[in-house]
Amino acid sequence: MKGPETIRSRAVSFFTEIGDITYFALRFFREAFSRPFEFRELLRQCYNIGNRSLLLVGVTGFILGLVFTLQSRPTLMEFGAESWMPSMVSISIVREIGPVMIALICAGRIGSGIGAELGSMRVTEQIDAMEVSGTNPFKYLVVTRIMATTLMLPLLIVFGDTIALFGSALVENLKGEVSLQLYFNEVFDALKYSDIVPATVKSFFFGFAIGLVGCYKGYFCKKGTVGVGEASNSAVVYTSMLLFIIDFIAVFVTDIFFEV
Amino acid sequence: MKEDRSIAPVLELKALKKSFGDNEVLRGFNLELHEGEILVVMGKSGSGKSVMIKCLVGLMQADGGVIRIKGHNITELGQTELDILRTEIGFLFQGSALYDSMTVRENLEFPLRRHKEKLNITESNEELVLEALENVGLADAIDLMPAELSGGMQRRVALARALILKPNIILYDEPTTGLDPITSKEIINLMRTIQKKYKTSALIITHDVDCARVISDRIILLVDGVNYIEGTYQELVRSEDPKVKAFFKT
Repeated sequence: MKGPETIRSRAVSFFTEIGDITYFALRFFREAFSRPFEFRELLRQCYNIGNRSLLLVGVTGFILGLVFTLQSRPTLMEFGAESWMPSMVSISIVREIGPVMIALICAGRIGSGIGAELGSMRVTEQIDAMEVSGTNPFKYLVVTRIMATTLMLPLLIVFGDTIALFGSALVENLKGEVSLQLYFNEVFDALKYSDIVPATVKSFFFGFAIGLVGCYKGYFCKKGTVGVGEASNSAVVYTSMLLFIIDFIAVFVTDIFFEV
Repeated sequence: MKEDRSIAPVLELKALKKSFGDNEVLRGFNLELHEGEILVVMGKSGSGKSVMIKCLVGLMQADGGVIRIKGHNITELGQTELDILRTEIGFLFQGSALYDSMTVRENLEFPLRRHKEKLNITESNEELVLEALENVGLADAIDLMPAELSGGMQRRVALARALILKPNIILYDEPTTGLDPITSKEIINLMRTIQKKYKTSALIITHDVDCARVISDRIILLVDGVNYIEGTYQELVRSEDPKVKAFFKT
């Protein structure tokens, strides 16, 4: 009888957690649109999350574009279709690979960072100290971080996609003697609004998910350093799963609205 | 310090109850803190002292009982009223709880952000921060990060932060825990100096008998979630009760 009981208790804790995260998200919307607003902290978080992720996102994007083009080139050449390379790479990167890869990278860097930071603040009573001083810690710590990830992730994804296309263009230039101008002319010819708009919209949701889960895990971190580690780790695991679920839903919604 | 018991206590707990599952931590604890008084609540580790102080400031929800601060029942207050009432209370946390991403200056300025205007404080942030740091002898540390301070210095900065809004009541949660004997004495002396200077009332949670001896006007011994005995240090030391004797002998 142990098996069914274990499954039951796991199912209960799973759905309890889903409920708690939903309540946490609703509280975010309630607090985000009520005074006082923490603009200075929001800007600081945008800087931390956005600016400090640029190098990682840039390097990842560059290598992504480079490798993707190098790997695809022989197959396209086999069919005599290497001229399709700019359009194939740009559509793949802008529509799917860029947003998902960069969001996963950011889940690792930003989500775990937020989980660990808030977790250690919880464990060392800094969040309690904030509350006792008459400041709403949810508004100051959680709302600003979720807003910053929601606003910064689309920008990071646009930046990463652009660098990835430059990486791809470099390979095409070296291997196929395609000029940078010709490559980007092909890219802009291939890309449509139906590629760019859904990808941009879903990147806001990716950013929201990264901030939400990181903050939730850190804010309700259990006592002790083990709890901080777990908060950081589970923030990445939960966010990664959530990103794929959001992506899956986004593909369906895009299919309805844009008839891809 | 002589307190006036003819007027209402600044802080009052009546029949406070708090459980965690089947574990009843507080089972009807009572307390009255009068103006200008230093009240020490003592008890073994895990006796519910920290739970009590957290219920008192609304960090934990009590299961039953009444908590009155300056006549306000905090369980009946909305968040805004509670936040305003909290400005009249300074809280020194056991582990100092300094914001480690902020400098000492920013740590001290933090409580001023929301409440300076509401409390009609006319001095500039700089003046207030310097005054608070001078009180604890750490004006030179103003631009340091908490990680650059020793444990004793962190506790003093935390005390300065607790004082920044000039509260009437200061709550100390294990103020000398984790400090060496010399630094503990420095902190205790600082607490006395501040109490004399600002005429605050203080509630101290500790298991440090030395701290209680030096600073207390009155002591409550918390055993099994209820008031076990109450009196001055001298009275409790002379007690023949085995539980009290065991506690003060250690």
